[in-house]
Amino acid sequence: MTAFWCLVRRDLLLAFRRGGDSVNVMIFFLLTVTLFPFGVGPEQAILMRIAPGVIWVAALLAAMLSLDRLFRDDFEDGSLDLMILGPLPLEITVLAKCLAHWLTTGLPLVIVSPLLAVLLAMDGEGFATLIGTMLLGTPLLSLIGAIGAGLTVSLRGGGVLISLLVLPLYIPVLIFGVGAVDAAVYGLAARPHILIMAAMLIAALPLCSWASAAALRLSTE
Amino acid sequence: MHRFANPTRFMRYSAVILPWAAWSTAALIAIGLYLALFVAPPDYQQGESVRIMFVHVPSAWMALFVYTGMAVASAMALIWKHPLSDIAARASAPIGACFTFMALATGSLWGKPMWGAWWVWDARLTSMLVLLFLYLGYMALVDAFDDPARGAKAAAILALVGFVNVPIIKFSVDWWNTLHQPASVVKIGGPSIHLSMLAPLLIMVVGFTTFYVAVLIMRMRTEIVTAKLRSLQMNANRD
Repeated sequence: MTAFWCLVRRDLLLAFRRGGDSVNVMIFFLLTVTLFPFGVGPEQAILMRIAPGVIWVAALLAAMLSLDRLFRDDFEDGSLDLMILGPLPLEITVLAKCLAHWLTTGLPLVIVSPLLAVLLAMDGEGFATLIGTMLLGTPLLSLIGAIGAGLTVSLRGGGVLISLLVLPLYIPVLIFGVGAVDAAVYGLAARPHILIMAAMLIAALPLCSWASAAALRLSTE
Repeated sequence: MHRFANPTRFMRYSAVILPWAAWSTAALIAIGLYLALFVAPPDYQQGESVRIMFVHVPSAWMALFVYTGMAVASAMALIWKHPLSDIAARASAPIGACFTFMALATGSLWGKPMWGAWWVWDARLTSMLVLLFLYLGYMALVDAFDDPARGAKAAAILALVGFVNVPIIKFSVDWWNTLHQPASVVKIGGPSIHLSMLAPLLIMVVGFTTFYVAVLIMRMRTEIVTAKLRSLQMNANRD
């Protein structure tokens, strides 16, 4: 367990010292959402209606953008090989990397999302649900994305390919995330959506780390 | 199963099966199309356009069937390192993608007179579209690796991940929206479709399956011969 936290600490330190990554993801998130009023017009009614969907889609894209970094640096400087040889099971290593990735890219998205909801004139009823589903959904995005990142880590043009592999797998997260917020806005029960998202997260913890570890072993052999 | 792992033995057996599969495909699809286009009655609600069903439904079934086959072959390749299942999975992907595309295209043509739109964001259409993207992602990943053996292994992992996800996507899209008519052939209490329509449909399904078998064998044979040729060339260059 100590090795797990050491790894998380190391990744956080690296991200912190390099700086910029988390901020860039947040700025990308803000920018993407800002594009929509230009695209569909500034009428409050339309923006209010599409707010949950726009925020979720932008979060999906922002999370995907940073996936390529998840294993690439470690792959290039050789530390990934050491992690595979090390005593910690690779599946646990993947979980540690995902946790660090979520803390540096997923959590900032959750923090900014209420601000965007205000910008898009989203109904106040949905705020708590939006934050709740984002808290459940963004780790899920990191976990599912780890599979794509693991499969493409040894490829030169991996960045574009990741989006092709990972976006179809993100669709259920999007559906239930938006569904919960929409339900809350219209005064319906958001609970079933949130429970399904929690179930998906729990299922993803072992399954995604397993698949991602298999992909990493293959990429480094 | 390991008896068939030998490519030479596979080449011998498949040479026998291939003409049978090809000719039965031609015969079944000819009979099926004749029955579907001339013999089967028009639907009491949908009129003549119901005949699109005889191509649409088998394509959609095959799209799912081929993906399942691909996942099974991928699992065999990863667990037992069965050399032919790798080739089978890779050779299946473009065929499955074509079936998926055909299901979408015929569905769109059928949707125009029935629903009044070429495309609606209905649950089944959407999940078929996602399936097409899964196929395309698989094919892109296979081609992305310089070493075909590693590409096949990476794609096998992706196929299994996709296979776990297909039901989840299906379920979530169903939850999201539904307009498509529910299944009417496979359901509790027997099919709710008359024999004059069911018979051509089943003949078409069998014809599509033998078509898949024939094309799969052809593609696998080509792959094996190409690999052999490559190793011969490399040996020749070394000498």
